[in-house]
Amino acid sequence: MTELLKIKNLHVEIDKKEILQGLNLQMNEGEVHAVMGRNGSGKSTFSNTLMGHPAYKVSNGQITFNGKSINSLKPNERAKLGLFLAFQYPLSIPGVTVANFLRQANKAIKGDAVSPRDFRKILYEKMDDLEIDHLFATRYINEGFSGGEKKRMEILQMAMLEPKLAILDEPDSGLDIDSLKLVADSINKFKEKNPQTGILLITHYQRILDYVRPDKVHVFADGNIVESGGPELALKLESKGYDWLTEKEPAIGRTGVTAKGQ
Amino acid sequence: MAMELNQEYQYGFHDPENYAFKSGRGLTKELVVSISKMKKEPAWMTEFRLRSLEIFFSKPMPKWGDTKLLNEIDFENIFYYVKPMEKRGKTWEDVPKEIKNTFDRLGIPEAERKFLAGVSAQYESEVIYHSLREDLEKLGVLFFDMDSGLRDHPEIVKKYFATIIPPEDNKFAALNSAVWSGGSFIYIPPNTQVEIPLQAYFRINTENMGQFERTLIIADEGSSVHYIEGCTAPTYSSDSLHSAVVELIALKNAKIRYTTIQNWSKNVYNLVTKRAVAHEGAVVEWLDGNMGSKLTMKYPSIYLIGERAHGEVVSVALASGSDQHQDAGAKIIHAAKNTTSVIISKSISRNGGRASYRGLIKVHKGATGVKSTIKCDALMLDEHSRSDTYPTMEIDEKGVQIEHEATVSKIEDEKLFYLMSRGISEEQAKLMIVNGFMEVFVKELPMEYAVELNRLIEIEMEGAIG
Repeated sequence: MTELLKIKNLHVEIDKKEILQGLNLQMNEGEVHAVMGRNGSGKSTFSNTLMGHPAYKVSNGQITFNGKSINSLKPNERAKLGLFLAFQYPLSIPGVTVANFLRQANKAIKGDAVSPRDFRKILYEKMDDLEIDHLFATRYINEGFSGGEKKRMEILQMAMLEPKLAILDEPDSGLDIDSLKLVADSINKFKEKNPQTGILLITHYQRILDYVRPDKVHVFADGNIVESGGPELALKLESKGYDWLTEKEPAIGRTGVTAKGQ
Repeated sequence: MAMELNQEYQYGFHDPENYAFKSGRGLTKELVVSISKMKKEPAWMTEFRLRSLEIFFSKPMPKWGDTKLLNEIDFENIFYYVKPMEKRGKTWEDVPKEIKNTFDRLGIPEAERKFLAGVSAQYESEVIYHSLREDLEKLGVLFFDMDSGLRDHPEIVKKYFATIIPPEDNKFAALNSAVWSGGSFIYIPPNTQVEIPLQAYFRINTENMGQFERTLIIADEGSSVHYIEGCTAPTYSSDSLHSAVVELIALKNAKIRYTTIQNWSKNVYNLVTKRAVAHEGAVVEWLDGNMGSKLTMKYPSIYLIGERAHGEVVSVALASGSDQHQDAGAKIIHAAKNTTSVIISKSISRNGGRASYRGLIKVHKGATGVKSTIKCDALMLDEHSRSDTYPTMEIDEKGVQIEHEATVSKIEDEKLFYLMSRGISEEQAKLMIVNGFMEVFVKELPMEYAVELNRLIEIEMEGAIG
């Protein structure tokens, strides 16, 4: 098994406030890891940090991707190495069409110049997989899209850009059960076509893990992983909640599990 | 060709001067008389010019707008009339080689071959080349330079000339009326649709040149036309003045679209009066793109004087650098029932540039059922730049529907992060956001112009980081 991502003693601050406090994580090619936790446990800080958001400062620790330290790389450089982040709240870019955006992204990442016609063919195929109307290709990115449409658009981007590591930040939040299944099916389909790709699935609920089976589950609390295990851990969380984990945490001046940070 | 002073501006070159006539600097009654004489104009026009000159002399400089820059104009230092050649060319071969080369570099003959129905090329004060597709000529479409229009169709010119913009309107309209030369005269016969655009291209070559073209477009009942103008000038260390007057008349159910891609060099004052009247059921659209010039003050207006007439002004302005002020906007006057209008204004300021929106919506008493939408968006790319909005509304009728929305934004870090997370570089991401911001304007342009405009933005945005 080839190591894909290694995170060692990661400390991250935003506005001089430490959110991640010495996080360690390791994942191999082709693995699916689920990251679970309450709101404010540091999950989104984690995903934004991995992608290189400039507001999140790594004060200590090391992020190694494919054997290369990426701490100092810009988001676009990380994307070129094969990282991808599906945003929890995708932003709209007025006046820029989905097709134009994806074509430029595709060119930046893969470096190849597919003809506009071939590109459209590939795009339409992937849109069909996600049951996204072809008309969306000429719409402006996320402008006026519903919550579910935005989430599917993120998965479409992943399918087009074929990353080596896909970080999916709550791809299930706000979705009804049909949309959730559609998104999960697309993730699985993508996984089938790209078996080497690692997936870091950040989620609040166990529900999506019924469809996308994780190899490992990590539980976040107060800016760190407090428990790791197999898929059974997710089920346990579903029935028992998060409290039993945070309670067994060594008491080092923490009081309860008040939400903080992001 | 002279060396380009400004690397960003690729049209900054100039030709050596080898002219048929070049006036001295400054403005006198004698000069105005001699321009009229050289053009062999009828007496009424000579009188009109002289009356306008008096108005120009008697009117004070505007006390609004960028008065600091306005007051720096040295009217005594300007060449008011420059005639580059004796006779206008019928083919490009008739045009002196150097001038033809210039237009080649600007891509005009090529554009003409590819996608235009008619072309007019003005160099300094005169139109030096002109063409109109034969089929349109046969349909009775008139497309001439204004001087030929006056000579060959005096009855139409006399009927409409200066009826929309009289010399009394403002100081610069008076100046234009006194010394006007060139510009376009267009008449579209009833129920005639000119499907592909007519284009005029304006080029200033001389330092301290004053260019005063005069355009009059009449679309007769049920006809339609799209007119496009572009303009460039060499980059000099001292200023030139461009002061045009453009009058549009859309008769019953006619449609006029007037598109401008203004790309003067940054030593040109661009002080232009543009106004249209729309009769019953007529549509007038001004698409106004301001990329160049030192100071632009221009507020295309539409008088909706017939029922159900519709007016639209879509403008973009890019103010780039502390030596540039784009003061642009729109005026729409609802003077009839059930008239509708849309104003969309987009401005971008960067590198200390200044963009101002100045707009007026007026609804006359009795103009019921009026609907108007105004949307002004300003994008500021850094803290040194400036954006101002000066909207005015004068509503004298009840129950009109007016929506006004104004936003000022900067390029958000979150949006940059989103685009960059897809492999797109910071510079490219900014350009993408800027192009997207302008899209509402660009998508209305014929493809060739859209490509050209995007390229201009790209050149302006180069080195936008840091």
